[in-house]
Amino acid sequence: MTNAAAQPESNGDVQTALFSWHVEQNARMVDFAGWQMPIQYTSIVQEHEATRNNVTIFDVSHMGRLRFNGDGAGALLDRMLTRSVTDMQVGQVRYSLMCNHDGGILDDVLVYHLETPSGTRYFLLVVNASNLEKIVNWIAAQWPDEAAVELCDRTQETSMLAIQGPNAIATVAPLLSINIGEMKYFRAKVTHQMNKPCIVSRTGYTGEDGVELIIRRDQTDQILQNILAAGRQFGISPAGLGARDTLRLESAMPLYGHELDENTNPLEAGLEFAVSWNDTNGKNRDFIGSEALTEFKKTGIQRQRVGLLTDGKRPAREGYAVFGDGKEVGIITSGTYSPTLEQPIAMAYLPTLYATTGQQLEVDIRGKLTPATVCNLPFYKRI
Amino acid sequence: MNAEDLLYCDTHEWVFVSEQDGQKIATVGISAFAVEQLTDLVYMELPSVGTVVTAGKEFGEVESVKAVSPLYSPATGTVTEVNEGLPDNLEILNSDPYEAGWIMKVSVSEDLSDKLLDYTAYQRQCGEAS
Repeated sequence: MTNAAAQPESNGDVQTALFSWHVEQNARMVDFAGWQMPIQYTSIVQEHEATRNNVTIFDVSHMGRLRFNGDGAGALLDRMLTRSVTDMQVGQVRYSLMCNHDGGILDDVLVYHLETPSGTRYFLLVVNASNLEKIVNWIAAQWPDEAAVELCDRTQETSMLAIQGPNAIATVAPLLSINIGEMKYFRAKVTHQMNKPCIVSRTGYTGEDGVELIIRRDQTDQILQNILAAGRQFGISPAGLGARDTLRLESAMPLYGHELDENTNPLEAGLEFAVSWNDTNGKNRDFIGSEALTEFKKTGIQRQRVGLLTDGKRPAREGYAVFGDGKEVGIITSGTYSPTLEQPIAMAYLPTLYATTGQQLEVDIRGKLTPATVCNLPFYKRI
Repeated sequence: MNAEDLLYCDTHEWVFVSEQDGQKIATVGISAFAVEQLTDLVYMELPSVGTVVTAGKEFGEVESVKAVSPLYSPATGTVTEVNEGLPDNLEILNSDPYEAGWIMKVSVSEDLSDKLLDYTAYQRQCGEAS
């Protein structure tokens, strides 16, 4: 492997380009996967509602950004990912999974197929911050001999900003050289900001419309100020990881380390849409984990990810036990109070026997068995 | 009640002691600083009237969108009254934490903990924490 990853320090003091700005905004900073990140600036509920109803900006520079150059990049990623990439159009973005040989999920990622202004095509993988080192090492271990691929870890040299909410497109449109309003969801383009490359994508992790920008680290402050100025007419405000979590939970998006881990397969997680079993010629795809997943598909899954609505106001939190017919049948993976639904929501893994919508269960909320009902996911979907 | 006249636990509960029919009654709540730090409150678990609470021990909990925080009693004694309307109107804790936002009243059977802080000492602790 060439140009191997610059490993981020793991002692919780890696700062994004906007660290000082976060502190100036009175953000509460926390250690997240080794990065100093803002958890909230004002209140999680306020930041959540501003994203649902207006527009907010998130610093998501902690996300890992891996660039794959060279003619062999597509074939390598086709082997590494559950969903094929070689059939992606330039400008397409896909949600995908990386599995181990047992079909366990190593990470969930976004794959971008991009083209530089000079016409060079490449792939970009956006991975979870907590998994960056593991993924780089995993890919290195699978590296084929004499592959015409170059892997560049762009995490430290770039920043990533997410502008999210119903006014996000109107906020960024005047700043971009492309017509963002015409760009479809899950599309991306390499464009320019102040004569430097900038990747614009219509993506996000909030369940709202929005864009994400990947920009050069040394331009982050200036571009942030431009976005804040453009969003002033809407009252744009920053939002932190706290709101990002409640927003993704309402939208039932899994979070690695909670709903997803190496002991969970994509079928149990309800992510079969991110597995392409066949290639464009209708032949079985051979990717890492495909044999195990084919077997799971054949025998059927034992448990699945579900949504739970609990009675009362106390959220069921991660790790709380779920009871059915008087015995423990599952575990909560994420839970919070939903600002949009104004009630507690949670996700859990349950045996398929108990995973039917409407199933009545109980959750042990700190010693108190609380009635809970299995519900359809997502909890919230924008109209 | 004035914040300046109260005593505080280092865990951010406040207490005010008054005499009622010759019995010492401790009124307990949580500080404005605590409410500001917690943000996004969604739930509060009150003790039942008649429960015996112990200074320094947990008597209930307050929960925000993000996390659950235990409430610690500044006094030892029997709970005589709880603010029953509070859990359904937790925003009172933002607007009036020292009066309408009281949590429980305790008939005090012993002296208060000698670990309580006066207003100045408590403010100093909050300054160091933030």
